[in-house]
Amino acid sequence: MSARVEPIRGKREGSPFTGLWAVVGKDMADHLTSARMRILDALILITALGTVYIATENLRQAADDRFLFLTLFTTGQGSVPAFVGFLGILVPLVAISLAFDAVNGEFNQGTLARVLSQPIYRDALLLGKFLAGLFTLALVLTAIFLLIIGMGILRLGIPPTGEEVARIVLFLIATVFYGGVWLALALVFSTISRQPATAALASIAVWLFFLIFWGILTGRLAQSLRPVRIGMLEEVIRQAELAIGLARISPNTLFVEIAMGLLQPATRSFGMVLPTQLSGALLGAPLPLGQSVQLIWPQLTALIAETILLFALAYVLFQRQEIRA
Amino acid sequence: MNDIGGKSTFAIETRGLTKRYGDTLAVDDLDLKVAQGEVFGLLGPNGSGKTTTILMMLGLTEPTGGQVRVLDFDPARQPLSVKSRVGYLPDQIGFYDDLTARQNLIYIAKLNGIQRSEYEQRITAALERVGLGEHTDQPVKTFSRGMRQRLGVADLLIKRPAIMIMDEPTLGLDPEAARDFLDVIRGFKREGITILLSSHLLYQVQAVCDRVGLFHQGRMMLEGSVRELARQVLGGGYRVLVGARGPADALEQALAALPHALAVEHNQNGTYVVAADEDIRAQAAKAVIQAGGELVSLSMEEPNLDDVYATYFREVEHERTS
Repeated sequence: MSARVEPIRGKREGSPFTGLWAVVGKDMADHLTSARMRILDALILITALGTVYIATENLRQAADDRFLFLTLFTTGQGSVPAFVGFLGILVPLVAISLAFDAVNGEFNQGTLARVLSQPIYRDALLLGKFLAGLFTLALVLTAIFLLIIGMGILRLGIPPTGEEVARIVLFLIATVFYGGVWLALALVFSTISRQPATAALASIAVWLFFLIFWGILTGRLAQSLRPVRIGMLEEVIRQAELAIGLARISPNTLFVEIAMGLLQPATRSFGMVLPTQLSGALLGAPLPLGQSVQLIWPQLTALIAETILLFALAYVLFQRQEIRA
Repeated sequence: MNDIGGKSTFAIETRGLTKRYGDTLAVDDLDLKVAQGEVFGLLGPNGSGKTTTILMMLGLTEPTGGQVRVLDFDPARQPLSVKSRVGYLPDQIGFYDDLTARQNLIYIAKLNGIQRSEYEQRITAALERVGLGEHTDQPVKTFSRGMRQRLGVADLLIKRPAIMIMDEPTLGLDPEAARDFLDVIRGFKREGITILLSSHLLYQVQAVCDRVGLFHQGRMMLEGSVRELARQVLGGGYRVLVGARGPADALEQALAALPHALAVEHNQNGTYVVAADEDIRAQAAKAVIQAGGELVSLSMEEPNLDDVYATYFREVEHERTS
């Protein structure tokens, strides 16, 4: 084609967020009224009630902890894991179920072309869908956390301290972003695959991979990448550090470390501690809130970074996608 | 300002518009002009580039080359201005099945940034107009194909567009629903809305369109009113059937001598078929009398888009094979 001088070069008119809140409002309403969401809500609710009941039963026998309310989240019994353990599994499930049909569902319904022919950019649609999922997740989790605290007050007979509340709120934020990773992942697959079922299965496959196989793989990878040849301490440490580093790619690992750092204030470090680093430390003494936050800060930013990276991937894929069948 | 010669006064104008998907050329160097208030029909077989052209007009697909101007906006750079003034009815129209007709339209109104006080009344009016007033609060999943299509039209009305682009709007409608739909389109035309219609249902295109463009393999092969196309492809298009008694040779000569008459054929049963590029019934009647004949019957077949289409693609096919 011949060279052309365009009147407006390079710059699109208007804000990419025009119509964003209309999309968020509609999708949140859809989520909150969907049967799918009600089933998952019920599942989390039953889990919360069950684990908190067990936790309070156990606490009554030995109640001299400074952070009683935090132990509500972290106490399990025998084969029943703590509520935090359940969250680690249920939050990804909820997040995936909120987003696996976000884009391809619209496409298959034939609404994508109609919505995109309204005066909005694709940015608004995708970001709106992501935020609607994130807000829904935040809403549900907040309700359940409040419920747990309420039940704790009733059964323990004391209110939570300010520091406990602060730690629980921080943990709530971390949990929402942990869900954000899986939400963004499901959004990527819903953009790639035209079939919602395929997108759901692919998302769950990734989740299972990190849940079950990543832990096994990191050890093997570290062994082959940094083998211990002579048996020096330095070699062993380097191998273990690599294994931990690799494990932290998994959002599950990051979430578990954040939970430990925030909900078990005595946690001083993740991974390896050398005896020399412990000199002068009061073992078992809780860290102040600021120190705990510093401890989990890298994990929290890593979770947020993973969320943003995955969303960016979904964004690029969606921008390039042809909207016709 | 741009190379479409300053301000585009056309509702839709394309210049050298091209779209390539890999190796296939979906739209090839398309020049198209649709005037304000006109009803234009894009005509052509499936896969001839009609939908791609429409998507480029809406800024939903980027052109590989060339230019589009819609209401003097560039859809690739000013998509919001274009999309707030142009209503688009996709070929496979979909709604959120669990929501009611009204809820579906409210979402569209919100995406258009229309205030609540305003859209309530617009939605009610739109649904009344397309005859869905009684089904306002029913979920869309209970709607028939025809009702969905009408809801699609109501959806267009919400933003009060200056241009409506409809992709295969009557596909899959029963004859009655299709006829109603054509009436609706005529109504929009009376209101001065520019309409671009893609279809391969020729009768319907002929019934409502001022002009048509015939697409084939991404190119617009023919363009003009049905009458003009008939002249180009059929070499006329009007067939005046003259039933007359009298001297056969004299009559045939008199008819052939008429201005605008292209050919005369004398059938055994005493009718003369005059192929013409105008309506020459009155002149033919006079000619028969003057030639000393008696006029028994007089009728005319209008140019038919079906014939144009069939003849054109037969010729294309013939050229390709030979």
